[in-house]
Amino acid sequence: MSGPSGEMTAILATDCGSTTTKAILIQKVGGEYRQTFRGEAPTTVEAPFDDVTRGVLNAIQEVEELSGRRILEGEKILTPAEGGRGVDIYVSTSSAGGGLQMMVAGVVMAMTAESAQRCALGAGAIVMDVLASNDGRPAHEKIERIRQLRPDMILLSGGTDSGTISHVVELAEYIRAADPKPRLGGSFKLPVIFAGNKDARNRIQDILGDRTALVMTDNIRPVLERENLAPARHKIHELFLEHVMAQAPGYGVLIGWTGAPIMPTPAAVGLIMEQAARQQGLNLLGVDIGGATTDVFSVVDGQFTRTVSANLGMSYSISNVLTEAGLEKIQRWLALLLPEQDMRDRIKNKMIRPTTIPQTQQDLALEQAVAREALRLALEQHKALAVGLKGVQQERTIADAFEQGEGGKSLIDLYRIDLIIGSGGILSHAPRRVQAMMMMIDAYQPLGLTRLAVDSIFMMPQLGVLSQVNERAATEVFLKDCLIPLGSCLAAEGQAKPGEPCFAYTIRFGDGREEKGSLCFGELLRMELVAGAVADLQAEPSRSFDLGAGKGRAVSLKVEGGVVGLILDARGRPLSLHKDPSERPAQLHAWAKAVDLYPE
Amino acid sequence: MSSEFRTRNPEPGTRNIGVSMAHSYTPGLRVTPRTVVRKRRILPIPGQVLVREGQAVTAGTVIAQTDLPGKVHTVNVVNLLGIVPEEIRRYMLKREGDMVQAAEPIAENRPFIKWLKTRVPAPITGTVESVSEVTGQVFLREPPKPLALSAYLDGHVVETFPGQGASVETVCSLVQGIFGVGGEAVGTIAVAVAGPEEVLTPERIVESHRGTILIGGSLIGRDGFARAKHVGVCAIVVGGIHDLDLKELLGRDLGVAITGTEQVGFTLIITEGFGRIAMARKTFDLLASKAGRRASCSGATQIRAGVIRPEVIIPLGERSAVSGQRSEKEVSKAGGGLKVGDQIRIIREPHFGRICRVSDLPADLRLLPTGSKARVLEAELDDGERIIVPRANVELLEA
Repeated sequence: MSGPSGEMTAILATDCGSTTTKAILIQKVGGEYRQTFRGEAPTTVEAPFDDVTRGVLNAIQEVEELSGRRILEGEKILTPAEGGRGVDIYVSTSSAGGGLQMMVAGVVMAMTAESAQRCALGAGAIVMDVLASNDGRPAHEKIERIRQLRPDMILLSGGTDSGTISHVVELAEYIRAADPKPRLGGSFKLPVIFAGNKDARNRIQDILGDRTALVMTDNIRPVLERENLAPARHKIHELFLEHVMAQAPGYGVLIGWTGAPIMPTPAAVGLIMEQAARQQGLNLLGVDIGGATTDVFSVVDGQFTRTVSANLGMSYSISNVLTEAGLEKIQRWLALLLPEQDMRDRIKNKMIRPTTIPQTQQDLALEQAVAREALRLALEQHKALAVGLKGVQQERTIADAFEQGEGGKSLIDLYRIDLIIGSGGILSHAPRRVQAMMMMIDAYQPLGLTRLAVDSIFMMPQLGVLSQVNERAATEVFLKDCLIPLGSCLAAEGQAKPGEPCFAYTIRFGDGREEKGSLCFGELLRMELVAGAVADLQAEPSRSFDLGAGKGRAVSLKVEGGVVGLILDARGRPLSLHKDPSERPAQLHAWAKAVDLYPE
Repeated sequence: MSSEFRTRNPEPGTRNIGVSMAHSYTPGLRVTPRTVVRKRRILPIPGQVLVREGQAVTAGTVIAQTDLPGKVHTVNVVNLLGIVPEEIRRYMLKREGDMVQAAEPIAENRPFIKWLKTRVPAPITGTVESVSEVTGQVFLREPPKPLALSAYLDGHVVETFPGQGASVETVCSLVQGIFGVGGEAVGTIAVAVAGPEEVLTPERIVESHRGTILIGGSLIGRDGFARAKHVGVCAIVVGGIHDLDLKELLGRDLGVAITGTEQVGFTLIITEGFGRIAMARKTFDLLASKAGRRASCSGATQIRAGVIRPEVIIPLGERSAVSGQRSEKEVSKAGGGLKVGDQIRIIREPHFGRICRVSDLPADLRLLPTGSKARVLEAELDDGERIIVPRANVELLEA
């Protein structure tokens, strides 16, 4: 039942993923919102079912069975919540069928084309290709490329308002010549959003009006010094619902059930991360490592950036991690070396049978080694895009990923990242939480003091879409039920010879206990500090090392605990792995033992 | 959180398994001596359908055809002539829709001094598609390329889609593989090994295998590939391959499992996985029993959304009474769950590739050597040994 002030008391949210549809029930308990029950079922967007609502209903039925609460009447969701039955609102996200796939075009690669890319990424899309007048490809190659790709929509930008129009018109002519077809619904016209020079609109209409479903919106770069991504991003979401979702099997019905527009899954994840960062005043880095793709999100000084590494993942794309990282990079994390042929065959077998799970320690270590490389590569790609506009006024809003060509300062200063959030099966389902923490520490190599957390059951998409209609419920559940705090990591930047001092520390726990010690270069230490506990940490690095205050300068910090505790990392930055492969297993064993990484 | 809330939130180290996911094994690949397969054959762009419902077709019958639009080439006429875009039409020798031959002038300027005259030649033979007064570009399109869509199967047309294509149906034996490379192929089934455990070595591939769909045993290596290509084998079906040999065959590392367009000289289908793995006895016996029969096959594989598995289809030459690749009964059976006594294949280390029977299905979560808790089954190997395997790591071998 809705509360006395008309507040919602029961909320149902689903995320229709490529393979699984996940439903969560959120209820108001003792004045606060908590996630109480969840259910899941295979997604049914493909044959033999061809109807996404089957999977949604199955997942809701599981919630009903577990909660004892009646939510469905036949195939209808009971609203509002009344007398212990029904829900006040139902919301959903979707990435089924490969999510939102876009192609973007702009005149200059480092300017409007990149603005278009940031806009599409921020809207939750996978960008299939970035086309620009100066991308180095001859015209016929561009046209052939547009024709071959079958995106869900194209975002065309180019030219500042009142600037020249010929270049953006040229891009439109290429699109017309290619006559591209949409990915879904072969007989429909491909949606094209024009967000370029407003003076070119008539020309663009003449060229593309009859061949495509053309939509005009405000210029994403009205002047060179300013980006205006929000209007185009909203158009992307509108067209996602009208053209992409409406043509996916069953979505026409699903749209009728929801109390807020269905969002692309990554857009919803970005939304909840941005809101949490804003409310807590944090700089955060988030990653969602899936089977096919890895999304990286960052919120630094309130500025949100999203990138997606479309072919880095742990099942469908696992083999591509091997291709991109190379064999040696994966092997360097393995204490027990595997012959190349065996390792390659195991990775390919995971690719072709993506739902299998490691049964042996060796298999688990291999998957976690691959994950370290996938996380590292995805962050590298993110860093390349997450750079600030240099000396230029910025106008950005939530979900506007941005980047600005060469010369912009990177936003990802690891000393300034307060919290790293990991999500995705390999992190959320790691047999020991310390494994998730070490995968992220090894891959990201945080500097100074950083908190780490994992998403318990990947409910960020549902919370993101919910935040549009009930921000309080979404944020409360995000902080209380979604995130599992792993703990904190203090890491020193610098290099020395093995055995040389790195830093000394003194920790004063809440109960008055005090612990002192020192770490030599190459050492790792794990200390218990439970979730919710806070301790005072003073650390003094030797002259070659920096803990955030400068080389050799002491730091005084408040550290927060978690299910893993506190990790003191004196292995150096960049992380120093033994160059001799025969010596490395002993080093990896020592580190694993220090943090109790694997069963003995 | 209060204990009154029963949640399915997994404890650390457990997999996410709900009621509806209780049967969380990988649905088996189909290996069946008799079924009905229906293939929807659709042109990439609208065209002309050449068959009618009820018509008998062979794999090579062209059922629909269309003209694929030619490639587009651009010529920046205004730059070449040193004029402004608004004036371009005054300098054009050809108009939209005109045919042009390669090297034929499409535009020229008219200088006072004749020898300063510049002509812009057409880079291709084709048609003038458009002339832009904004950018000064001229778009030329190559002539269309005809595309003929074959039936792929020996069978009957059961449905036509005007302007798009048709559905072809056949009563057949069907073997689905786990992974393949290369596109559609049609040939005669030949068996090159005595049993499913044997390796398809180069010596076993002989001249008479030209044009065949060649059935091997547990493995084929790079030397076998080279021999098969030399002989002109149409397709190879084996239990496993090594990834290093696949890399050599493709000339690159395969990153993402979307295949079907590779041109490696033959179509390759593996039935079990990567490594040396004996082909399942049932699969081998079925294929061996069809030696000498004509079959269609495809290596096209897609693991993600819209799963496509490679296949060998051996038409039985009968008309079907029941249509559709999978009857309703079959679909529900596929989702019906594992039972004690079911034959399964283990699809992950440490018993990867073993075929055994389910001996117990404990309901509770069990601790794995990795420290994870997962839903498992107990299986009995041929030698009577009983092993514990996560349910996610087995595949039901369909009866």
